[in-house]
Amino acid sequence: MKIYFELFTTWFKMGLFTFGGGYAMLPMIEKEVIEKHHWATEEQVMEYYAIGQCTPGIIAVNTATFVGYFQAGTLGGIIATLGVVAPSIVIITLIATVLTNFMDIIWVQHALAGIRVAVCYLMVEAIWKLRKSNLVSAMDWIICLAAFILAAFTNVSMVLLVILAAVVGLVYKRVKEINA
Amino acid sequence: MSWLTTLWTLIFEFFKTGLFAVGGGLATVPFLAEIGEKTGWYGAELLSTILAVSESTPGPMGINMATYVGYSQLGILGGIVTTLAEVAPSIIVITIIAKMLTKFDQNPYVQAVFSGIKPAVVGFIAAACISLFTSAFFIHGMVSVDLINIKALGLFAVVFTVTRFVKEKHPIQVIVICAIAGVILSM
Repeated sequence: MKIYFELFTTWFKMGLFTFGGGYAMLPMIEKEVIEKHHWATEEQVMEYYAIGQCTPGIIAVNTATFVGYFQAGTLGGIIATLGVVAPSIVIITLIATVLTNFMDIIWVQHALAGIRVAVCYLMVEAIWKLRKSNLVSAMDWIICLAAFILAAFTNVSMVLLVILAAVVGLVYKRVKEINA
Repeated sequence: MSWLTTLWTLIFEFFKTGLFAVGGGLATVPFLAEIGEKTGWYGAELLSTILAVSESTPGPMGINMATYVGYSQLGILGGIVTTLAEVAPSIIVITIIAKMLTKFDQNPYVQAVFSGIKPAVVGFIAAACISLFTSAFFIHGMVSVDLINIKALGLFAVVFTVTRFVKEKHPIQVIVICAIAGVILSM
């Protein structure tokens, strides 16, 4: 019972403080899922993100389902997902009912400008931490750099890029076997 | 449209969106545009407002957009039902994949695949940060030397120095502190 409660409250908290898309949730996932609750390693989170990228649905939801499933089975996945979407339902309902001019309030705009800076800082910190466990060999760095350039400066679909990275992983394994 | 037809349309259309939009929240936008056109619930202009509100309110953007559309049609119940309809396919698909992953985790080919994918995802995340940076550090998000947001750069430098060299802060603390700083500095 306790694990369901923890899954719900932890993902609720993460949903409440995520601004932007699924990637922006990464700093919170590192703190809560990896460091505090030890529900996944950094490498596993990268796997979940990669799978979330190539499967239908919101990445944050896919990640929540993964973490919940591995902790407490199918029901765990459902509860973690409900936790991550609950704040959205409350907040958007509030905005649509009482705060219809929410976006026009000047101090809201100032606060959002500040939050954008926070998100940038948190993302830099999160990527810096990811580097330790996910970028070990020279080959890792080459793949990472190539992925960055292709994702940032071309219009190749992300699904295709993930498949390409998978093929590179397979080919590299084969090459290593031949050399060994 | 009767109440029941609207409810059914919301469930059907958003389940479909959740099932076919691959690549996260932004990937659902073309689906939302189509729903708006088909039903006449909202046009391109309202959709861009929905997008803007969803980006700047807490919660994953894709979920916020679904809740917004559902609420606009059927109130609180609409918001809840639409959101659940959109996440249902994820729960089903990911649970199936998670089951397979437990089975094939130790397979050398699966491991080889992930050894290629994991470093790539770090690169994808870094690429996604580019637009975050332009919208945070340039006025109106336009990259130009004249439009650099000095206050934002200053805030970044302060946050960086404090959390790196004085005391590490929880992401939630960093967000709250920066929001307050934004208001005080009129950013």
